[in-house]
Amino acid sequence: MAPTPTIARGGGSSSAPPRGARPRPPRRRGLPAWVIPYAFLLPGVLVIAALLLYPIAQMVQMSFQEVGLRQFRARNPLPAEFVGTENYRQVFESELFWSSLRNTMLFALVAVALTLVFGTLVGLLLQRLGPKMSTTVVVGIMAAWAVPPASQAVIWKWLFDADAGVVNWALNLLPDWLSRLVFGRAEWSGEPWLNDPLPIYTVLTVAVVWASFPFIAVSVLAGLKSIPSELYEAARVDGSTGFRTFRAITFPLLRPVFSVLIVLSIIWDFKVFTQLFLLAGGTNMPREAYNLSLWSYVEAFSSPPDMGLGAAIAVVLTVILLLITFVYVRQIVKSEDVR
Amino acid sequence: MSPLVRRRLGRVALNSAGVAVLLFAIFPVYWMVATAFKPTDEIFSTEFQPIPLNPTLDHVERVFTKGVAGHSIWTYLFNSAVVALGAVLIGAVIALLAATAVARFRFKLRTSFLILLLIVQMVPAEALLLPLFLMVRRLGLYDQLLGLIVINVGLTLPFSVWMLRTFVAAVPKDLEEAAWIDGAGRWATFWKVLFPLVAPGLVATSIFSFITAWNEFVFALTLLDDPAKFTMPRALQFFIGLRSTDWGAIMAASTLMTIPVLVFFLLVQRRMVSGLVAGAVKG
Repeated sequence: MAPTPTIARGGGSSSAPPRGARPRPPRRRGLPAWVIPYAFLLPGVLVIAALLLYPIAQMVQMSFQEVGLRQFRARNPLPAEFVGTENYRQVFESELFWSSLRNTMLFALVAVALTLVFGTLVGLLLQRLGPKMSTTVVVGIMAAWAVPPASQAVIWKWLFDADAGVVNWALNLLPDWLSRLVFGRAEWSGEPWLNDPLPIYTVLTVAVVWASFPFIAVSVLAGLKSIPSELYEAARVDGSTGFRTFRAITFPLLRPVFSVLIVLSIIWDFKVFTQLFLLAGGTNMPREAYNLSLWSYVEAFSSPPDMGLGAAIAVVLTVILLLITFVYVRQIVKSEDVR
Repeated sequence: MSPLVRRRLGRVALNSAGVAVLLFAIFPVYWMVATAFKPTDEIFSTEFQPIPLNPTLDHVERVFTKGVAGHSIWTYLFNSAVVALGAVLIGAVIALLAATAVARFRFKLRTSFLILLLIVQMVPAEALLLPLFLMVRRLGLYDQLLGLIVINVGLTLPFSVWMLRTFVAAVPKDLEEAAWIDGAGRWATFWKVLFPLVAPGLVATSIFSFITAWNEFVFALTLLDDPAKFTMPRALQFFIGLRSTDWGAIMAASTLMTIPVLVFFLLVQRRMVSGLVAGAVKG
């Protein structure tokens, strides 16, 4: 199957084998054929260059500059001043860096692990349910998946409300001895959830797992359906059951799916912003509860703005994310016909 | 236990687990809608009230007439629709051209472009926030929906191209070649042969972009200051800051923001999964 106008410019062209004896379309007037794909690509490349690549370069540049009030004032603004690695020194010397990094990493680790385990279990469950029940559950979990991040945040803020929240009400229903054993307290009325880092991240984890497990479950289900059932029959005939079948057949065959899902989840949970911002009360939240995204935002936009410092934090976050992304891109390039 | 009883018990256990998952997924959504329809004293009752006993339209009416953050919620729904539709319309044309290029042609920079698409999708919005904020201010687009539209085109484009190219590639090439040999020009081939066949994929991709732009919060937070220009997520954030305990109105607004996404989601769910994990299943 020869692609219509095959263009191989430059060095490699002479070694390319001649294409099959397909009738050549008659010569037309207009653009030469090799220009066409580039012409089609041009608007997209311009958009990506202007809105994604140029800003990234700008951000890196800003991270070496002092960009604050004096650069923004209406009268006689100063040009941005080059300060070398000063911003980065500030980042790494700040206590907030370590607490934000810890919050970012720990949250991503816990949320990703819970989402993947729970999502996979639900995916396996969906496969074994009857067709009606399976469809009902899929539609139900799609509803959770569809809720916009801003709504997710307000819903869970409301469910975890100190006085009229359903969660505190339900925790009060637990027998006192059990509640004391597990949580060290029996009385939950009026217990605030969104004042300290640990409870804030507990609520955030629940909200994020709730919103993202459906994607994992549906993807795992799609993967499971692609596994030929003969394999499972053979395993049953050989006397393999349950967990062993999962380990020997399901998991190895779904490994590519899992590696993509893991990296996507890490990337999504690493830069969680909207839900944290809205759950914890925006820039008024306790500083110890910042993650890297939020810290960067606060430094750059709350007064006095320090955009250089904000940019340096964003650079650190981006570098971490691109290292993780590298794994994802390699996986996709390996399994897809990107070449 | 006879095998039959054991099988039945297994079925019951599986179905119970299914119901439990369903409840966990649905309850928060249900609770949002239920709260929006409860009278205020029921909302703040410390007793659990699973169903609105005296359902009321008070809160819904209030967000439409008195509004949240000073304007009727129509304003924010309208602004959100303008931003999302604007981004989708501009983005769809650009994405279709680029997707056709990578799916239909072999050229030198093709692989580089595809890898670029993958990488830019992973850059966190926070990294783009500061430079784009300054750029928007310089161009006089601060507090303008146009600025937000352009930014959303940028945010959605890489994924749109990535998803759309599989739809273009799925159209049999013979059709185009036949039209081409019959003497149709390049544009006629593109519009009359390729476009109608790719249209369903274009719709699915556009819905995905619409949802992304509709939900976008970080840029709306940073680039909009005038409440008359707020999009829904920004209005919701502003309103919570203003009246943090008016849960009836908050949930009514949140419900109204969720409905369009929910409808679209159910329409494209299958394609979204295949687009996101593109190719991995083939392994």
